[in-house]
Amino acid sequence: MDNILEINGIHTYIGQFHILEGVSVTVRRNAITVMLGRNGAGKTTTLKSILGLTPPREGTVTYNGKEIQGRRAYDIASLGIGYVPEHRAIFRNLSVMENLKIAERKKGDLESKSEFIFGLFPDLKRLYRLPGNHLSGGQQQMLAVARALVADNQLLLIDEPSEGLAPILIEQMMEAIRILSAATTVLLVEQNFVMASKLAEHYYILDDGRTVHEGKMADLVEDKELIHQFLGTALHKGGRS
Amino acid sequence: MAEAKSDLTAAPNRFTSAVKSLRSEWLGLAVILLLALFPFLFGWFSGTSVQDGPSKFWQGQLITFFIMAVYAMSYDLLIGYTGILSFGHAAFFGGGAYAMGLFLTHIGPKIIGSYKITIGSADITEVLVLVAAIFLVVVVVTLLGLLFSVVSARIKGVYFAMISLAMAEAIHILSKATDFGKWTGADEGLHGVPVPLWLNPTQHRLLFYFVALAFCVIMYLIARRLVDSPTGRVFVALRENESRVRMIGYNPVTYRTLSFVIAAVIAGLAGGLFAIWNMGATPSMTSALTTINALIMTILGGIGTLIGPILGAGLMQIVGQFFYQWFGARWPLVFGLIFIALVLFLPYGVIGTYRLKRLEWKHGWQRLRELVAGKR
Repeated sequence: MDNILEINGIHTYIGQFHILEGVSVTVRRNAITVMLGRNGAGKTTTLKSILGLTPPREGTVTYNGKEIQGRRAYDIASLGIGYVPEHRAIFRNLSVMENLKIAERKKGDLESKSEFIFGLFPDLKRLYRLPGNHLSGGQQQMLAVARALVADNQLLLIDEPSEGLAPILIEQMMEAIRILSAATTVLLVEQNFVMASKLAEHYYILDDGRTVHEGKMADLVEDKELIHQFLGTALHKGGRS
Repeated sequence: MAEAKSDLTAAPNRFTSAVKSLRSEWLGLAVILLLALFPFLFGWFSGTSVQDGPSKFWQGQLITFFIMAVYAMSYDLLIGYTGILSFGHAAFFGGGAYAMGLFLTHIGPKIIGSYKITIGSADITEVLVLVAAIFLVVVVVTLLGLLFSVVSARIKGVYFAMISLAMAEAIHILSKATDFGKWTGADEGLHGVPVPLWLNPTQHRLLFYFVALAFCVIMYLIARRLVDSPTGRVFVALRENESRVRMIGYNPVTYRTLSFVIAAVIAGLAGGLFAIWNMGATPSMTSALTTINALIMTILGGIGTLIGPILGAGLMQIVGQFFYQWFGARWPLVFGLIFIALVLFLPYGVIGTYRLKRLEWKHGWQRLRELVAGKR
């Protein structure tokens, strides 16, 4: 099976608002796929819909050949889907160690992954005993990603990992995502087009809650008009939309 | 700072870890030792008997402190660790007290009168009746805990706080209801509960003192083990953000229910022991004031720190006793003023603020050392 995740025409409402109006995304196994789009295009809601945090009312979400829409969020997460939400969603009163330990699905998960995790994020090893609220923004973001790596997740949903990070940290985060993508599949939401274009092999562009474009990232990089039309950014400036 | 990798992969050495834990817990052990020796030290210093007089009186004060400390600790598990704001905790404490009182008053004597269970020549009927009463307490408060947790699964925050208050009030009204007066004593409550002779707190105060102290220590160790366990980490994570807990694969309802039941059982056992200590159970044990007392003790000591509620219970019970001696019936007014000052100046309670400041001092000291060493 080449595709680990297939989202087919999902419609999601938040309260009375119709946010997703037919999003379709296919995530190929062992690759990085990125969802692009302006603010409010529905990228985060799509991730939340996959996880069941904002369950879709219509359409299907197929993970490893099984439909998972309508299942509870904790149930979906335990199938092996890790989520790194935006805004560095760590547990601020738990220490770095506790933040990582809580993500264990079976005893010894952290122990077996510690070398890999601390290889990606050496800072976390040094800050192991500090509470989450004593970490800088970048360190919190690293911890949020590291937490998703503790359990044996086959798919990682990463929402705007570069948000609010200094350029040097963005480079570090990019390198980390590139390395971890060798071991797991990544569905990335990113507004930093430079970062997204360097990491992803496939892209989807969302606009007004719909999938409006898809293809290979290498082709998108060449299509300046399309980038400008849907992302409102210029590649050479490396700017954010 | 210890290397994280070594924490994760080092082979556990039981002896080393025992010594390490002993070293970190030395203050706690010293306090327990001091409390265990208290009746004898008091008698020795005051030149009075351990069995009566002022020593017996202060043993009584400390017994109440030990029981209330456990009760406050159970409340902290709920409010401080899991972040569930409940104003119905008295239902568990009072429920436990009434379950114990009712069983020992109405069922215990019938069993003792009809059966004689022995091991060799020793009559263990009374002991078994007490064990059955404790079992009943656990069952009753578990059911109450489940009832509260079912409601908390649907209603959150302040709304749940109000509903929990209403539920506890319903139990309070039930405890006062004249319809059941024949069994519960209605407004008057149950008095003269027949407790086993060997555990009678009036005749065997010193023994009861050690029972209450052991109860407090055991309950603390159980609660400590719980909050340091993976389950305890999920409780704290739930307090911080329920949605994030769901994202990483935990069912919040399961953990909230677990927290409720554990807190209810600990509070119920404290209530059960309080019923034996008072040889009675009264409607005041199920009243909102009893919940407020737990809240005050927890806030005083520090929410989310198990030692905090114990300290809070100590402040309220022991300092309260002195205040009563100095200010008479007006003592709650003075205590209230001090409480307001403490909340204003120590917003995280005594222990909570101390821990926060200690961390700040530690960082400040580290920065100063780096500055002096020219590393900054």
